[in-house]
Amino acid sequence: MKNRGKIVGINKNMITVEFAGDVKQNEVAYAVLGDNRLKAEVIRIRKNRADLQVFEDTRGLKTDDIVEFTGELLSVELGPGLLGQLYDGLQNPLHKLAGELGFFLHRGKHINALPEETEWAFTPCVKPGDKLQAADTVGTVKEGSFTHKIMVPFHLSGRYEVVEIAESNKYSVKEQIALIKGKRGQLIPLSMMFEWPIRIPVTLYRERLDPAEPLITRIRIIDTLFPVAKGGTYCIPGPFGAGKTVLQQITSRNAKVDIVIVAACGERAGEVVETIKEFPEIIDPFTGMPLMERTIIVCNTSSMPVAAREASVYTAITMAEYYRQMGLDVLILADSTSRWAQAMRERSSRLEEIPGEEAFPAYLESTIAGFYERSGFVRLRDGNTGSITIGGTVSPAGGNFEEPVTQATLKVVGAFHGLSRDRSDARRYPAIDPLESWSKYTGIIDNQSRNHTVRLLSKAHEIVQMMKVVGEEGITLADYILYLKGEFFDNVYLQQNAFDAVDMATSEERQKKIFSMIKEIIDATLDLNNKDDARSFFNRIRQLFLDYNSAEWNSNDFLENERLISVLFLKYRKAGKEIEPYIFRQALVESDMDSHFIRSKTAKIKKGEKLLMVKEENEEDI
Amino acid sequence: MKKIYNKIMQISGNVVVLSATGIKYGELAVVTSERGDSFAEVIRIDGKLVYLQVFAGSGGVSTGDEVRFLGKQMEISFSENLLGRIFDGTGRPRDGGPALTKNLIEICGPTVNPAKRLIPSSMIHTGIPMIDLFNSLVESQKISIFTTSGEPYNELLARVALQAKVDIIILGGMGLRYDDYLFLKNTLESEGALSRSILYVHTAADPVVECIMVPDISLTVAENFALRGKKVLVLLTDMKNFCDALKEIAITMEQVPSNRGYPGDLYSQLAARYEKAVDFENAGSVTILSVTTMPGNDVTHPVPDNTGYITEGQYYLNNGRIEPFGSLSRLKQYVNKKTRDDHRPLMDAMVQLYAYYQEVLEKKAMGFRMTRSDNRFLKYGVLFERNLMNLSVEMPLEEALDTGWRILSACFDPEETGIRTELIKRFWPESKTTD
Repeated sequence: MKNRGKIVGINKNMITVEFAGDVKQNEVAYAVLGDNRLKAEVIRIRKNRADLQVFEDTRGLKTDDIVEFTGELLSVELGPGLLGQLYDGLQNPLHKLAGELGFFLHRGKHINALPEETEWAFTPCVKPGDKLQAADTVGTVKEGSFTHKIMVPFHLSGRYEVVEIAESNKYSVKEQIALIKGKRGQLIPLSMMFEWPIRIPVTLYRERLDPAEPLITRIRIIDTLFPVAKGGTYCIPGPFGAGKTVLQQITSRNAKVDIVIVAACGERAGEVVETIKEFPEIIDPFTGMPLMERTIIVCNTSSMPVAAREASVYTAITMAEYYRQMGLDVLILADSTSRWAQAMRERSSRLEEIPGEEAFPAYLESTIAGFYERSGFVRLRDGNTGSITIGGTVSPAGGNFEEPVTQATLKVVGAFHGLSRDRSDARRYPAIDPLESWSKYTGIIDNQSRNHTVRLLSKAHEIVQMMKVVGEEGITLADYILYLKGEFFDNVYLQQNAFDAVDMATSEERQKKIFSMIKEIIDATLDLNNKDDARSFFNRIRQLFLDYNSAEWNSNDFLENERLISVLFLKYRKAGKEIEPYIFRQALVESDMDSHFIRSKTAKIKKGEKLLMVKEENEEDI
Repeated sequence: MKKIYNKIMQISGNVVVLSATGIKYGELAVVTSERGDSFAEVIRIDGKLVYLQVFAGSGGVSTGDEVRFLGKQMEISFSENLLGRIFDGTGRPRDGGPALTKNLIEICGPTVNPAKRLIPSSMIHTGIPMIDLFNSLVESQKISIFTTSGEPYNELLARVALQAKVDIIILGGMGLRYDDYLFLKNTLESEGALSRSILYVHTAADPVVECIMVPDISLTVAENFALRGKKVLVLLTDMKNFCDALKEIAITMEQVPSNRGYPGDLYSQLAARYEKAVDFENAGSVTILSVTTMPGNDVTHPVPDNTGYITEGQYYLNNGRIEPFGSLSRLKQYVNKKTRDDHRPLMDAMVQLYAYYQEVLEKKAMGFRMTRSDNRFLKYGVLFERNLMNLSVEMPLEEALDTGWRILSACFDPEETGIRTELIKRFWPESKTTD
């Protein structure tokens, strides 16, 4: 019999329920309002009263209304059919809801996450008598371009023996495809789907490895200067209008991973619309399939219920863990973790908990850390590897990074891409501030070169400050050239035009090539006799590089520009003194980079060990 | 069935508490005191205790006063008859006309399914070059005017209302000074726009709780007109007052404040309102233009800060003009590619040159010698400010673009502008004009 309780208090989306039997923390319950059942989650229990956060509008509820407890933790459905979907924070498919309800999200409506009518071509890979445990593969289906492993449900503990296994045929997600027997002889039927509670991490892997392999985002400033590793974490704080969301959108298109999960958490609905409408049209160059087929969108925008916003990031990460378990590389883009933290703050305030800094709950830091720690590069039990990389934006109040959410996030991430208002005002996109940002990961460029270029930028910045006081006339020619070199590197390499079909995504190979060309130029002593000469040289070479950046890889234009660049450069390069002494070696301000170059391990993963879902040789066709 | 109680146990701020059973959360009640009847809304239930927020304020309410529960939520009349009418923050007529009681609809409906939203695609022409040319207003956009007290923001709002080509204008006034209210009303009236307008006005003298209702009522009515195929422009002034009213009530309810006394859910509260901006497929649209005054011109104040994270851009009204820096329309790229080929490049070039002009100004202020090219920028800045930035300038987009080209040609050689040669050939004015 279902455990029931009755409402004794209501405060916005928080209800207090008096119950008789046993109630579990984080259990799902439904508040009955006429024909509607409003989903809620237990978040505190005191004696015979439980506080529940309701995931929907509570208007109309009254005291003594019935609440039905389910005994189940808040869970998501896992199985084939997740890819390409648009979900709300509780995994209701929004397209289907729109089909049934029209324009508005009326409350009390729940639809199963996985399409039940779709039939999947199942190929078994075990036979009766085989021994299995949780997360072992019983068969596969083809989901888009992926081989989707049908696994033993994660919650089954101990060893099982296969009794029956379905033959190769088409099945829907709820049909039985296997029967397994436990130690005590209990028979468990398996279908292609199962559920997993979102707040509990899936840890069915052999070991967590060091995230040493770079994740290529094809955004130059990230891959070259502030890299992200597969299985690593990074955050993007920035004031409004600095381009956080655009950066996330570009990453979701171009990142070289198997699956991207976009968690639009408490931000504008309009921002998701572009992804929803355009991703089915854009073809992913690696797989030849529409981008949408490798994407899942979890969308709980700012006007959708706050409690569901709090849950939505967990919904996203649980689906990521499911795909990681198949040996895939998954990238989660959470926009924005501040809205998620604010949802926690709202909840905490209604629970009347003692507030911490800026009224955020005291457990803010541990909760943020717990979320980011669900990332990771892991070796699975079958020897394959899989990864979850988490990139979260942070929207600090007033653009001030000293606030609790930014600080708590910085403690637990491996890379920090700080966006600055100055750079976005100057239309220098992506507006990642090279003097503030850092990364503990190793990217595609060696750390020494990275370090040198960041020092050049910091020295150039100092010279700009100096010029503001003494004017252009007041600085030496050498300083002026250094300043121009810094500007040049910034203009042609760090800035990237998101609207240019070629420039928007730069492959690893191309980045290495341009970077070494640029490095040669900024390292060289140039034969420039006065400031006008210097300015005009850098203007010309900048123009050439900008054209070069928007020329298709290895096209005629590309090669021609390369030739012109080299002609111009050789003309001004001073013979004899090959490399200019690094004036910026004694930079007054030590860059943040230095302290973070501690980790420089090379990839440990042998070739062929990983399931190759991505055709790497196609990369240059982008 | 109506329930009547006459034992109020606690009165604090605008919230009264009484003991009652079977009361729904969000239900409406009428509190009858010696000052007359006032609506009140259930904002919290704790066991038998029911917390009511009294719209007219608790002043004069006695513990023995009658509280009558209506068994329904806040509703508002919706019909074509609303057009041309003026109401207060709870929907009572302010213009002496008859009260509307038919065809009631609930306010604060559910949110729009993101899957049903459209990518914005049409521009709203306002005749103000700083908007049309530099930061186009787009149908279904939510955008705020960031400004400070004393700036002519209500004048700007009125101008946009009069010139924008929309079907219906809904003005939500919050904490308006009475003469501002009269100004807005008279402007709409004298220009003949009142017949397609609906005004919900809460003045600074009205009870503070009513202020909170204004955006909800305005947007609910707007949404319903939009569902019936109308293009609706909602003007909200001033959202800072709305936030202050939220703050006042949160503190009365003893909520823990998060930042400068504002409640922790300020972001969600604002977002719930602004996200009502929408374009319905095969129906109408809601566009929101609001005013947010920034205390001390400080954009990091919680109200403009949270607003900036929610709205799709802002117009920064400072010193009587819309500044190109600090202003941003996040949706302009959806529309300015379809207007005229030179729109986007001209916009970019003019803003960049204006940025140089400001650098030159700084240099000049520090006493550096002005070069010939510096002088060109100085001339450019003056022409730009006089002919485009000045708020009294009114011209259609085409003319604004042409004016832009004339200003450029009056100050610079074509290659100094950084505009592609092909466009220079097509648009550069033949002979140099002088000012």
